[in-house]
Amino acid sequence: MSTKPVATRQIFGETLARIGEKYPEIVVLDADLSKSTKSELFAKKYPNRFFEMGISEANMIGVGAGLALSGKVPFICSFGAFVTGRFDQIRMSVSYAKARVRIVGTHAGVGIGEDGHSQMALEDLACMRTLPEMAVLQPGDDLETAAMVEELVHYPHPAYLRLTRQNVPRLHKEGTTFKIGKFQKISDGSDGVVFATGGVLSTAYEAIQALKQGGLSLELVNASSIKPLDETYLSQAIQKHKEIITIEDHYVIGGLGGAVAEYMAEHPGSRLHRIGVYDTFGQSGTPEDLYEHYGLSATKLKEQIQKIFR
Amino acid sequence: MGMEKHSIEKLKEIARDIRVSCIKMIAAAGSGHPGGSLSLAEIVTAFYFRLLRHDPKNPNWKDRDRFVLSKGHGVPALYAAMAYSGYFPVEQLMTLRQLGSPLQGHPDRARLPGIEASTGSLGQGLSIAQGIALATRIDGSDAMVYCVMGDGEIQEGQVWEAAMSVPMHKLDHVCAIIDWNKGQIDGQVKDVMNIEPIADKWKSFGWNVLEVDGHDLSEIIAAVESAKDNAKQKSGKPTLIVADTLKGKGVKFMEDGKNAWHGSAPNQEQTEAAINELLKGKV
Repeated sequence: MSTKPVATRQIFGETLARIGEKYPEIVVLDADLSKSTKSELFAKKYPNRFFEMGISEANMIGVGAGLALSGKVPFICSFGAFVTGRFDQIRMSVSYAKARVRIVGTHAGVGIGEDGHSQMALEDLACMRTLPEMAVLQPGDDLETAAMVEELVHYPHPAYLRLTRQNVPRLHKEGTTFKIGKFQKISDGSDGVVFATGGVLSTAYEAIQALKQGGLSLELVNASSIKPLDETYLSQAIQKHKEIITIEDHYVIGGLGGAVAEYMAEHPGSRLHRIGVYDTFGQSGTPEDLYEHYGLSATKLKEQIQKIFR
Repeated sequence: MGMEKHSIEKLKEIARDIRVSCIKMIAAAGSGHPGGSLSLAEIVTAFYFRLLRHDPKNPNWKDRDRFVLSKGHGVPALYAAMAYSGYFPVEQLMTLRQLGSPLQGHPDRARLPGIEASTGSLGQGLSIAQGIALATRIDGSDAMVYCVMGDGEIQEGQVWEAAMSVPMHKLDHVCAIIDWNKGQIDGQVKDVMNIEPIADKWKSFGWNVLEVDGHDLSEIIAAVESAKDNAKQKSGKPTLIVADTLKGKGVKFMEDGKNAWHGSAPNQEQTEAAINELLKGKV
């Protein structure tokens, strides 16, 4: 596996293609975006277990449910915005039916760049979090993506897997053990803790490295399991740190920041600072320009964190 | 596992008993959908007592035919057919819509073994049936997959996504049935959002379309048997049966054509009148 930065969607496709033989129950569906979601890597290798659904996400969700209810392990793929936009189909045919569908939403957040708001999933975590038993997951790098995809084959409930379009660097050590429901510490710090998830894990890492040189020491945590939330880790973090910061390429409403805010409202003790996309729309631009504009670049994150500690 | 082969006369009696149960259950619950349950009586009777390859004592049997009730509000008729065919005790029918009952107001597969799909938000069942049909094909099973939709239900866009997709994937073991009872909550289907010509639309989407009197058991049975033959011959085309029915069928005051009985329960007096009418002529 390459240690060059790589998009989590790419690792998703490669992993499915790799484990497809070991798990004959895996089937993959896509709604005319297999080249973008990378499900085509599975499709090429196992054409009989790949189903092209055309531009019909609602039908794809129901078909995925029917396959899951018949013992298959379906991964249904599209852009996060398009698949979670068919919320009622997920609510009824997947969640309520307890159908073990793996909903894969790529192209998360403003990090997708030039295509603009219509293609940017910014509310998907919030929507999916409300559904009983639905796991809501966002791996931080290539190693975690590969582990999560394979763990999802066995996971007993439906799940939403949110993946990046853009390349992200590896931040975990080879051999790390990942587990749905567990956060991963990336680095230690004593002045506060940052929970970051998905595409912004690496910009948060850079910001924290820069702040370290200025004498501010922050713990960085990869909060990849947004639901189930790692409450054990959160509880310890609240006892240890006064300042709790969440960072995500998603609306601060209802995403990781929302989940942590709900937990902390019932378990007070520290101050919470949510960094993410506030109540506004995305737009076109390069991913770098957009991260700068929406305050998610390493430089902007550094400024915002500095304000908290001033 | 086949059911014992009842005569058409016996099946008619079962359909009548299912209607009586629907009225009793909905009256006891104080809410429910009598109109669209009564229109389904012959359809569920034909399936559960003649057409389905199923084993009520082993509802998860791998090679069973699947019956997806996409128009979930008609579920009292399905519950009655399931109880009379042995899925659960008949007495349990009277727990419809009560707290903790597996007989939810709309079908819940997680609570009641034998229910294939959780429905009630319209338009989703045919997609689920398509997924089941893909799975049975992968597994080399020759099971049939049936899906009953309401006529108003096909106003949902998702139905037409599935209508395109099922023939595209050559799932000839899918047989959908439309309970063409012509009514919906806000009025007659043709006035609310016209869906006709139904048969022509589905033909043009690549379905093998049959039209039957949805209250004539022999016609329903013949049409579904022809759908099974069509699957055996691997025609590549799924079958759609338009079942011409009457909303509220069997209870005159519910056959009002005004949809007053779409979603309201009869009071005690109405319940007695309905049951008397249904049992009239019973020996």
